[in-house]
Amino acid sequence: MGNRRPKLLPVLLVMGFAFLYVPILSVIVYSFNNSRLVTVWGGFSTRWYGVLLSDHRMLEAAWLSLRIAAVSATMAAVLGTLAGLVLARFGQFRGRTILSGMVSAPLVMPEVITGLSLLLLFVAFAPLPFVPDERGFSTIVIAHVTLTMAYVAVIVQSRLSSLDESLEEAAMDLGAPPARVFLLITLPIVAPAIASGWLLAFTLSLDDLVITTFTAGPSTTTLPMMIFSKVRLGVTPEINALATLMITLVAILVVTSGVLIARKEKSRERDLYLAQGAE
Amino acid sequence: MAQTLSLLSRRFGITGRRLVIAVPWVWLLLFFLVPFLIVLKISFAHTRLGVPPYTPLWDWTPEHALHLSLSAANYLFLARESLYLEAFLSSIRVAFISTLFCLLVAYPMAYGIARSSPRWRNTLLLLVVLPFWTSFLVRVYAWIGLLRNNGLINNVLMGLGVIHEPLVMMQTDFAMYIGIVYSYLPFMILPLYSNLEKHDHTLLEAAVNLGATPFKAFLQITLPLSLPGIIAGSMLVFIPAVGEFVIPRLLGGNNTLMIGRVLWDEFFNNRNWPEASAVAMTLLLVLVLPIMIFQRYQARDAGGGLRGNHG
Repeated sequence: MGNRRPKLLPVLLVMGFAFLYVPILSVIVYSFNNSRLVTVWGGFSTRWYGVLLSDHRMLEAAWLSLRIAAVSATMAAVLGTLAGLVLARFGQFRGRTILSGMVSAPLVMPEVITGLSLLLLFVAFAPLPFVPDERGFSTIVIAHVTLTMAYVAVIVQSRLSSLDESLEEAAMDLGAPPARVFLLITLPIVAPAIASGWLLAFTLSLDDLVITTFTAGPSTTTLPMMIFSKVRLGVTPEINALATLMITLVAILVVTSGVLIARKEKSRERDLYLAQGAE
Repeated sequence: MAQTLSLLSRRFGITGRRLVIAVPWVWLLLFFLVPFLIVLKISFAHTRLGVPPYTPLWDWTPEHALHLSLSAANYLFLARESLYLEAFLSSIRVAFISTLFCLLVAYPMAYGIARSSPRWRNTLLLLVVLPFWTSFLVRVYAWIGLLRNNGLINNVLMGLGVIHEPLVMMQTDFAMYIGIVYSYLPFMILPLYSNLEKHDHTLLEAAVNLGATPFKAFLQITLPLSLPGIIAGSMLVFIPAVGEFVIPRLLGGNNTLMIGRVLWDEFFNNRNWPEASAVAMTLLLVLVLPIMIFQRYQARDAGGGLRGNHG
């Protein structure tokens, strides 16, 4: 009995990881399938990548989605960092409960609700000045920032609350103004969290279908909208190729940033250790 | 410039601290809270042909009197038409069962990772998080290729001679459950892991030394201690799953009633914005309690679930 669990656990772990990865691997393998019939193996070929790269509407949608993702992730990183900083470091203030509620609610809110409510906001405010009449790039960016800044805020907040404030307090005691303390001390500490928050915001934006469909105007088509309309009509080999490219891109980004962050973290910890040793 | 700014800020009592609080606060107020008020407002309007496709709630009559027209018709319609009630009940059932299966798959995985050697832990966590970073739509799409009548699973099973004709799995509730459990699994594993990782193993050893079987020790120590992780993970799966649209639409059958799909069709196909708003408001009301539970546990653990992202 005593050693039964240690044997069972690895088996369950392997099964769990198989469940997570078999579907993804099958897409990658079939993207190199020569046959038009998606499930019959017709030999190795890269023809579907060629088909994909000559599909102008698809490329246009992909370019639009990439631009939306870059802009909204950057804005979300700024706003989310501020929100996370405020929640982790500012103690009590009026409106704190509302802010923390507004930060965590978008994480679980069903997307149909968020999407519908943002669209109705844009429609209701369309007659006002400074509000875009046409829905499209800017309204999608606003919607994505609202959704993804919550993720950045949670990551930054949890990072900040896991670190003690003594460095910041010391700098304050030595007379540094708060803005300087933030730029010189807090920001470098949370930089890895902000980076992974940006990356998460980027991939979430690149992927979002429901909120985007609500907030996009009739003439705007993003990549997920394109994929969705193609997939509804059935499995096409071209989508396998596209999916493989997206998986590869994200895997490279996540693994490299993971390695870079880990390395930076190690050197920071060593600096901290040396600094403490010198005292 | 800097002097003018500081003068201005002193005059209006705007300190840097307040400004830093105000920026995210105002953004979320404007784009997260205010929209709900507008949805609430429109849910009391009538539908009409035109732009926008709903009647205004208040209006000035030619005699300059305020004319107010609130209509509860959309909510009465929701209550009267059994389709909506069935869709709500079915969504809650689907979300509940999916959450349960997620928990059953995720718990051993989270436990296994938490008990693995520290050398492996970060790699295993990265493997859990990686699918979550890759496109959600692509992962749902991947299951179509596996579950179709001439898909990979049926081909393998028929090739092995286990079955002689393909199992119909696509566009069934089975496919939908697989899709939901698969897509939301990382959300369950991460909070569970961040809880289980903190457990003190000497407690378990003590229990076993005192004669408890490892299973009994698990039931009486590990399981109760991991309850906050279980609740946080369950809420992260349950709440969005109730309103799920993409997975039922792509994997589920035509007769799978999910409220997210009903809302979508009401909005995009019937162009009945007030009715869609009433559905959204009712859905929000149903989810208020789970969302509050989630926020309590979220506040306690400050997003520990997402910490794995840069682990």
